[in-house]
Formats: sequence, structure tokens, C-alpha cells
Amino acid sequence: MKEAFKIIVVLTVICLICAFFLSFVFSVAKEKIEMNAKRAIEEGISKLAPCAKRVEEIKLKDEVVYKLFDEQDNSVGYAFLAQGQGYQGKIKILAVVDSSLEKLEGIEVVESVETPGLGARITEALFMEQFKKLTVIPKIEYVKEEVEKDNQIMAITGATVTSKAVVNILNKRIEELREELKG
Amino acid sequence: MAEIIESKIKMKKEFIKGLWKEHPILRQLLGMCPALAVTTSAINGISMGLAVIFVLFFSSLVVSLIKKVIPPQVRIAVYTVIIATFVTVVDIFFKANFPQISRALGPYLPLIVVNCIILGRCEAFASKNSVLVSLLDALGMGLGFMWGLFLLGSIREILGFGSLLGVKMMPPEYNPLIIMILPAGAFLVLGFLVAVMNRLELRIKD
Repeated sequence: MKEAFKIIVVLTVICLICAFFLSFVFSVAKEKIEMNAKRAIEEGISKLAPCAKRVEEIKLKDEVVYKLFDEQDNSVGYAFLAQGQGYQGKIKILAVVDSSLEKLEGIEVVESVETPGLGARITEALFMEQFKKLTVIPKIEYVKEEVEKDNQIMAITGATVTSKAVVNILNKRIEELREELKG
Repeated sequence: MAEIIESKIKMKKEFIKGLWKEHPILRQLLGMCPALAVTTSAINGISMGLAVIFVLFFSSLVVSLIKKVIPPQVRIAVYTVIIATFVTVVDIFFKANFPQISRALGPYLPLIVVNCIILGRCEAFASKNSVLVSLLDALGMGLGFMWGLFLLGSIREILGFGSLLGVKMMPPEYNPLIIMILPAGAFLVLGFLVAVMNRLELRIKD
């Protein structure tokens, strides 16, 4: 009985000390971590939409969308984060779309763990360039041969699953945005 | 006098052993998960190595300090809590100060919690030895782990990307061996390294 009591006391004390220590470290670093995430988004936006001079956060359901304004304070579009399952794990994309939600200004793959040399090539400029001024009506399509329409992109050879995932993630999120921004 | 010299020799031995004779990756084959998964580039190897050294050092310190208070029945649980605490500290630190590296290491940074080297050193060494010797043991093992990761990462980066620490090493006509970056490449390089290590060891013995 005495033995059991000692075990409980020691474990509790150690866990309490660890918990207090961790919450202290976290409270110190919290601000910096949030700032890093925010800065990454701001840098991405200024790269994709250089004309955007002012960014306004809009809260939609549970996610944030960034409304972009140019020098004359006209709305030039929206920036948003979209994520979903890729071939090996989560793909996270930052995209900028015009204010009528008809054309993409461009995309940037923020996070991905795809196969190096194959799927990971979605992070290369050559692939991401294809999304510049891409029409998203009725939706983005991917092809394996020649691009014929202006809502099509070419899939990466040997990484169709990843290319398809990028297209689907964007289509789904844009569809959602159309619904949410209407209301 | 003789005692001091003897303890000095012992200390040196405890520090050196992790660097070569009981090298955690190449001799004990411990910590294979991070060793194989994150070493796609040299810088990832170094970052993971530094993170492990930090966790190993402080876990060994705390464990050897409180070894007399820990009831033997729950010692593994206590070690795990202590290790998890320091791993979370490292994870938060990387997220706050080196977000790029934190992203590259992905889930493998928090997974240091289950790295068998750390639990192994706490259980086999720090819980039985004095603070100073435990720290030397932790540092030696940590540094050994780091040079192993760095070597693995360097070889894979040079063959797979044609660069080292991001600097181009190969002529432009070099066609990178993508397989070296893929998991299979990790096993291949590790196998060769262990073979080389065994050969060297035999030669030293002769």
C-alpha cells in the first residue's frame, strides 16, 4: 500500500513539473510560431499577387480567407489556403483567385511530402506556372497530352496521382468559396 | 592520485565509445527510423542530430539526478515523460526559430520520443551512473548519432541531388540518382556504411 502510494506521488509530481515547464516554454514561443505562419502567408501573397497592397482577413466558417486590395483600394481578388490528401501525405496550397472567382492568379505549394523527383515536382516553378491566369470555370481539369482549353493543366508524367490531388484540392476549395462568399 | 587518473580514463572511455566502438547507428543499429527517414540531405541530418543531442543530454541529466527517487516499477514511464518533455521543447524551439527545418523534419522531430537510443541510454546508463559520467555518455552517443546522420545525409544528397549542404558538387551533366533520395537509397547507403565499419573494425583488431 505504501509502495503504491509512493508510485502515484512520484509520477504525479514529475508529470506536473513537466506540464508546467512545457506550458511555460510554449507561452514564450507561441507568438513567434504564429508570426512565422502569418509571415509565410504574407510572403506568398505578395509573390502571387504583386498588385495587392492591402490584405483584409475574412473569417468564413472555420477558415480564414484573405481579401486583397490594390493601391486604389479596389478589390483584386482573394487569397486562400486549400489542403487535402496527396499521394504520400497532406498537400497544402496557397492560391490567389480574382474577385469574380473565375481566374486563378497563381498558386504556391506550401507544404507537401510527395515522392522526390516525381510528385515533389509540383513545387517546381514549371508546374506552378501553369496555374497563372488559369480559368477555373466550370472547374480545373488535368490532361496527360496537349493542353487544349484554358482551364486545363498538364499532369506531371509519372505523378498523375499528385497532379490530380492538386487539381481536386483547388476545385473543392474554390467550389466552397463560391458558396461561402455568396452568402 | 591513482584513483583520479583511473576515473579520468573511465570518463574518456565513456565519452569516446559512442563515437566509434559502440556507435549508435553503425554498431548498435539503434534509432533506425530517423536515421533512414530524415537523411535525404546533409542539413536534415545535422538538425536531427542536434535535436537528439539536446534531448539525450537533458534526459540523461534529469534521470541520473533523480534515479534514487524513481520507483523501479514505473521507471520506464518516468523516463518517457521526461524524454517527451524535452522533445516537445525542441519541437517548439524549431517551430519558432527555424520553421523551414521544422517543416523538412516533419513528424520525425516529435518522434524522437520513441527513439530507442535515448530510452536505451537512460535505462542502461544514466539510471546506474553518476551525473557527470552520464552526461559524457550522452554527449558521446549524441555526437556519434549526429556524425552518422551527417554522413548518411551527405552521401545521399551528393548522389541524389548532386549537391552538398545545398552547394552544387557535381558537374551539370551529372544525372542525379533519384533512388538515393527515396527510402530504398537510405537502406542501400546504410548497408554499405555498416559493411565499411565492420571491415575497419576487423582491420583494427588484426
